[in-house]
Amino acid sequence: MAGILHTLIGPRVPLEELRARRWRYLTPTVFFMVARVLLLASIYFPYWHMELDAPQYPDGLFLTAYVNHLTGDVREIDGLNHYIGMRPLGEAAAFERAVAVWAIIAMFLLVEGAAFVHSRWAVLLAIPALTFPIAFLVDLYLWMRTFGLSLDPNAPLSAAVKPFVPTVLGEGGIGQFKTYAELGTGYWMAVACAALTVVGFFFHRRAYKPLFDRNRRASTARGASA
Amino acid sequence: MNGLFTSRLVGRFIAPAMAACVALSVAAPEALAQQEGRRRRGGAQEAKPIELTPDQVGQLTRIANDRRLNVDDLLAAAKTFMPSGRHDEYVLFSSGGQSGQVFAIGVPSMRLLRSIAVFTPESWQGYGFAGDEDPVHKSLEINGKPVLWGDTHHPALSETKGEYDGEWLFIGDKANARVAVIDLRDWETKQIVKNPLTISDHGAAFVTPNTEYVVEGGQYATVLGYGYASPEQYKELYRGMVTLWKFDRARGRIDESQSFALELPPYWQDLADAGKNASDGYIFINSFNSEMATGGVEMGNPPFEAGASKRDMDYLHIIDWRKAEAAFKAGKAKQINGFPVLMLDTLIADGIMYFAPEPKSPHGVDVTPNGQFIVVAGKLDPHVTVYSIDKIKAAIAAGSTGKTDEYGVPVLDFDAVVEAQVELGLGPLHTQFDDKGYAYTSLFLDSAVARWTLGGEYAKLNPEQPWKLVTKTPVHYNIGHLCAAEGDTTTPDGLYLISMSKWSVDRFLTTGPLLPQNFQLLDIAGTGTAMPVIYDMPLGVGEPHYAQMIKADKLKSWKVYPEIGWNPHTQKLDPRAPKKGQEGVTRDGNNVLVKMTAVRSHFFPEHVEVNEGDRVTWRITAIESAQDATHGFCIGGYNINLSLEPGEFIEFTFVADRAGTYPFYCTEFCSALHLEMMGYFHVKPKSLGSAERE
Repeated sequence: MAGILHTLIGPRVPLEELRARRWRYLTPTVFFMVARVLLLASIYFPYWHMELDAPQYPDGLFLTAYVNHLTGDVREIDGLNHYIGMRPLGEAAAFERAVAVWAIIAMFLLVEGAAFVHSRWAVLLAIPALTFPIAFLVDLYLWMRTFGLSLDPNAPLSAAVKPFVPTVLGEGGIGQFKTYAELGTGYWMAVACAALTVVGFFFHRRAYKPLFDRNRRASTARGASA
Repeated sequence: MNGLFTSRLVGRFIAPAMAACVALSVAAPEALAQQEGRRRRGGAQEAKPIELTPDQVGQLTRIANDRRLNVDDLLAAAKTFMPSGRHDEYVLFSSGGQSGQVFAIGVPSMRLLRSIAVFTPESWQGYGFAGDEDPVHKSLEINGKPVLWGDTHHPALSETKGEYDGEWLFIGDKANARVAVIDLRDWETKQIVKNPLTISDHGAAFVTPNTEYVVEGGQYATVLGYGYASPEQYKELYRGMVTLWKFDRARGRIDESQSFALELPPYWQDLADAGKNASDGYIFINSFNSEMATGGVEMGNPPFEAGASKRDMDYLHIIDWRKAEAAFKAGKAKQINGFPVLMLDTLIADGIMYFAPEPKSPHGVDVTPNGQFIVVAGKLDPHVTVYSIDKIKAAIAAGSTGKTDEYGVPVLDFDAVVEAQVELGLGPLHTQFDDKGYAYTSLFLDSAVARWTLGGEYAKLNPEQPWKLVTKTPVHYNIGHLCAAEGDTTTPDGLYLISMSKWSVDRFLTTGPLLPQNFQLLDIAGTGTAMPVIYDMPLGVGEPHYAQMIKADKLKSWKVYPEIGWNPHTQKLDPRAPKKGQEGVTRDGNNVLVKMTAVRSHFFPEHVEVNEGDRVTWRITAIESAQDATHGFCIGGYNINLSLEPGEFIEFTFVADRAGTYPFYCTEFCSALHLEMMGYFHVKPKSLGSAERE
């Protein structure tokens, strides 16, 4: 049991070795730390923006998505959407928004854990944080698609606006509106978290692989001698 | 685990990281507020300096010649034309005369922006059409009688240190002696006070330099408190008055309990102005008919127009309002019709009021921006007579001249208080000021605006000699008031001037025998004789009197109501406002409560059923927050029409005393499905019997 655990979390660094080459071991830790702080902080920054422009809205309508809530002209956009039979935006991704903050805290802790696992298994802990940006976009796309394709056929403008897939990124259009969607600061923080984690793993491997291999050789040798 | 390593890691990295997170979570909301800053993609197009090509000059010349425009016309057009989407620099708040309203006009484009309903029910704004118990109707009652119109004369913007602050607007109703308070956040009338002493007024409204008081001067003397006395008792029982309405800025209301009036002799008090700077603390009121003529042309007496103009001099009333306030607070006022009045003997004993002779039957009295001079326009005399506040103060300090009027009010010596007299022309009425040491006076009979120079510290601001007529610009026709940009404040802007011409005669297409007023815009930015008319604006909705022109960026108007469920009467969120999901119709005996929401493009509920004779209380919340997403709500046949501006909550009550099926609908074209925004109000007839009606 202790052996398996040891294999999973990898070798500890001898004190002498740590003192001798402090930065070799600190570097991955620093990268992971910055990465997860960015991820945690991204809760407070918008992940996605959409601007909707139409003649009668000279100042535009704005929608801003955070991981856990929507802000901007939600009421007005919902009001307009009801004409084409689109469900209120508040009904989209309700589960995701409810758990997002906990999920990010969990990812934060997992990446923190990765710093303490000195074996290749550390990557497993970081997988959620690494894939999170992609998962966010896929989820956003799926919800927009679902909402766009499931318009109420009894809506007042159902004859004029047929079910459609809204544009998740870049320029799109619906009715008299031109839409512009782009990723926000929070999203780029999550991407930076993933990127820094990858770089962190490079240094992680450089620091711990020699130790890991040496230990393995030592234990193989012990096994052989036994 | 390596204990040392772990503790170091915690100490050096994890703890600071956690601290950073905590700090971020505190700081982030601020950062995020900036993050959400709305950047518009398109953005406004910058105006580039233009240079006309020979081809464009040719086009322009051709159009000008085809339309018979001269170069001055082209320049005038360039000075006043507003391209679509461009906003005016000033807003003119004009009285609406007999319309009982206020008009807001953009300057220099002279486009009518909107009217504000004040003393007259106005259906677009839903003002006075909210059922049987509409508070507007209550506010318009006089002695229990609904008086559904007003003769608005003089608007007064609230002031701070003698400058317009853009928060409140007051206006007087000459016909019925009322003063209204308009909130310039939502441009709606919030309060109407009826003067308990007199039926009609004139010098209303004007404000003291920090809007401590909204002053209402009277006009035609009567028995104070709506009493009766025959014309033979004129001298003993008829009286003039001036009322100081205390304005409670925090509440946005006139505080009637802190307000008081001054009894004045039965001369006809006319226009008035508050002192400022050097003359702060004073109120100046002109008067005519110090002859106390009682008319009676039908009895062979001289008519008022002759009898009231017989004497050479009338009296400029000089009132120390701070002394008056002190006397009121000291309990020296007498109650008349339940309202405190400082009587003439108190005014005389406490040195509150002095008279200065003024050439007969003048009209406007206007104080210069520094407060130093008081300009009285002669009306029947071709001069403006300029009084010096320093001389007035010195004359008062010097003690009695031994002269009083018939009521014992001390009269100062004319020569001791007058600084200058400037001959301008026929029929000088009102005066405004600029930033170049000029004054502008309307000449009614000459149909002209006179530019003339002030003296004292103003003399150095322009090249001309002080106290001299500089130029006259003809206007069309019969100019009454005039209004320069912030031209009655302590810092006039000296840009635009409106001639409020009473007759338009041939200026516009004929509109039947009733012709529009002519608001003429003059460019007064120049000096000397340069003062051209650059625009004519017909105003066919009433005969305005005074107006004030405020820099548009001083107004802090709301774009929509701050929250959904807003009550404009209290300027607060109203807990009674139905929210989405709370709609419904409930009954308590014969009282029916309707809770409704309005949103593009439906009312909820769409069917409301009551029994004939029910008293219906109807609440509607406009669930809208987009600018201009206004709805209306009318019930035909029931005299009900509301304007439901975004976020607004309205409650109205009426008795469903006419059976039948009444469509109700949105009266403001709100959306593509506006026509569908309707419902049915079913009033089940009594004849159906109770079983069928349940």
